[in-house]
Amino acid sequence: MKRFFVMLVLLAVILTSFAFAAKTKITYWQYFYETKKNTIDQLIKEFERQYPDIEVEHVTFPYANYNQKVASSIPAGVGPDVINLYYGWIPKYVTSGYLIPLPEDVFSKEYLQSQFFSFVSKGVEFNGKYYALPIAVRSLALFWNKKLFEKAGLDPEKPPTTLQELVEYAKKLTIYDKKGNIVQEGLTMQPSGQGHHWIREVLVREFGGVPYTSDARTVLYDKTGAGSDVLKFYTDLITVDRVGYPGFMNDDVTAFKAQKAAMTIDGSFRIGTLNKIKGLDWGVAELPSYLGVKSNFASFWANGITTNATKDPKKLEAAIKFIKFLSSPESMKLWLKNVGELPANPELAKQYFDDPVYGAFLRGLEYAHATFFVDESAQRQVMMDAVDKVVLKGIAPEIAWKEAAEEEQKVLDNFWSSVH
Amino acid sequence: MRLRQKKIITAYTFLAIPLLFFIVVRFYPMVYSFWLSFTDWDLISPKKNFIGLLNYINIFKDEVFVKAIINTLKYVAFGVPAVIIVSLYLALVLNRIKKFQGFYRLLYVMPYITPLVAVSWVWKWMYQQPPIGFINNLLTILGLDSQPFLMSTSQALPSIVVTTVWVNLGYCVIIFLAGLQTIPQEYIEAAKIDGANRRQILWRITIPLLNPIIVFLAVTQSITFLRIFTQVYNMTDQGSGGPLNSTKPLVLYIYQKAFMSFDMGTAATATVILFGIIMIITLVQMIILNKNIEY
Repeated sequence: MKRFFVMLVLLAVILTSFAFAAKTKITYWQYFYETKKNTIDQLIKEFERQYPDIEVEHVTFPYANYNQKVASSIPAGVGPDVINLYYGWIPKYVTSGYLIPLPEDVFSKEYLQSQFFSFVSKGVEFNGKYYALPIAVRSLALFWNKKLFEKAGLDPEKPPTTLQELVEYAKKLTIYDKKGNIVQEGLTMQPSGQGHHWIREVLVREFGGVPYTSDARTVLYDKTGAGSDVLKFYTDLITVDRVGYPGFMNDDVTAFKAQKAAMTIDGSFRIGTLNKIKGLDWGVAELPSYLGVKSNFASFWANGITTNATKDPKKLEAAIKFIKFLSSPESMKLWLKNVGELPANPELAKQYFDDPVYGAFLRGLEYAHATFFVDESAQRQVMMDAVDKVVLKGIAPEIAWKEAAEEEQKVLDNFWSSVH
Repeated sequence: MRLRQKKIITAYTFLAIPLLFFIVVRFYPMVYSFWLSFTDWDLISPKKNFIGLLNYINIFKDEVFVKAIINTLKYVAFGVPAVIIVSLYLALVLNRIKKFQGFYRLLYVMPYITPLVAVSWVWKWMYQQPPIGFINNLLTILGLDSQPFLMSTSQALPSIVVTTVWVNLGYCVIIFLAGLQTIPQEYIEAAKIDGANRRQILWRITIPLLNPIIVFLAVTQSITFLRIFTQVYNMTDQGSGGPLNSTKPLVLYIYQKAFMSFDMGTAATATVILFGIIMIITLVQMIILNKNIEY
């Protein structure tokens, strides 16, 4: 009898352990960034509380090895089920066979249009299907140094709202030494920083142009709107108005942090860095408009489902739930609080429109565009070179702009020829 | 088995470990990158399609690649003679002094043992424009015009060469000093008795006897300059090798193709070409410079 009882207990133990093992386990990958890692951990806890039969394993690794690691893992079947990736990588990941489309019954067109800013659905679409969804997005805004405004006799609470004002203010804020060297920039001019986004998605559109065709296969900025006037406007600030130049104080962020630049155009991800600088009194405003046209640049990381998850229907179902959970307004709220990245949901974003810091970025999202980069570093290089050609070599903006468009077209052609 | 045989077997066994290490971490990746240069691998895709010599044909159509080759050769052409002449001069002067020789040697070796990334950034800041650039501030004090240095397409490459020469000096000085100390004093004394002046001693005795050292340094320094990367990556805007590719060396080109554009096929092709260039330059130097000196 006693033995029977022992057997029964043992059986119960074994059965319950089986029950635990029956939990569906999915693996989530992202690159390591402390606040992001901690926030995801916190979200996973909440997710596992809501769905007790799902367990999420969270793996992070250095940003530098991201693509190598993915490339060596997924084909071997040991990689993630849900992966966080830069939206610009989606075509490559899809054609390499790593990502599966988000199931349309859960993530319908209507769902995307109602839950996310319009640039999101464009950014995650490839060949007519959606592949990933973000928790948060980033956009650009104009940062200004209130103390330097005051010193120049400008109202420290009134940033420029148009490009004309921007130029006028920048000139007033620039300080030169006896030899004519700039010792304080009015406006940072750093195409290698966020400057190339400002030129491509903001200035081109504000000057009436369109940077690319909607399928992202053809460069249009030389053929639409004011064409090379965009480059002329940008380089005139360097060569004619002399309010700044690329490489002043090494880069735009350093110059602004050191209070040697009065205005700079930068992303929402810079807020944390600037908050840490003692004695830096800064404000942030929407990007200046031109002739009533406003534009902004947005980018984001998004979560997609890998082919690994399709091996087990339970895993696939869990992955779908997890992605939906991560993109919910509740997750976005926590993300904004912890990481400082902007909610991708327009309704939620509206709640923060009056926020003195995030407001400018969030209002910018309403009219933002996400460039469909195929090779961001190469495309950035094209813009950097265009500016250098005019500034360092004295080449006419019309020629430099045309050459830039040709160069970038080559980068696009090269990519699209490898994607079938 | 005799003791001698046993010892030999033991020796080979121990030698087998580094050999295995070399095969796994050196030769295998080398052969693999040769193979990659015939494929269109994009790092992410599981497919590696064989495309024959297409990469080799296309790469020479790439202006940036051609520019990178020219830049790399410029680094060697400016850097190697500069570092050898300056370090030989310093070694000759140092060899003459008796006091504080150790101190000076340490002084010259310091840059060499400092991490290159730190050196690059310090020089990058010294090359800055007014009001923060040390060199430009010096020029201003002297009443001269400030120079663009790293921001100019013509001055950027020489500026990086200067930094690299400064770094490599210490190592070359030490090697030259060691070489100078192996020259028998009798030769120099004999020459003096025969009435040779200092210049004759230098050109007829010291330098010919230093020839193996010069060959060694010329070869190793050429390889160092051919593989230049860290300085350029850290001293140019966003590691771009700019402005306008004016400082981009081959290794940076390879890095950008492989890890920023994920174009592994092209990167491997450039690597194979760099391998070829290093081999040819080394062989030529060994043939030209390695003449036997007999007395």
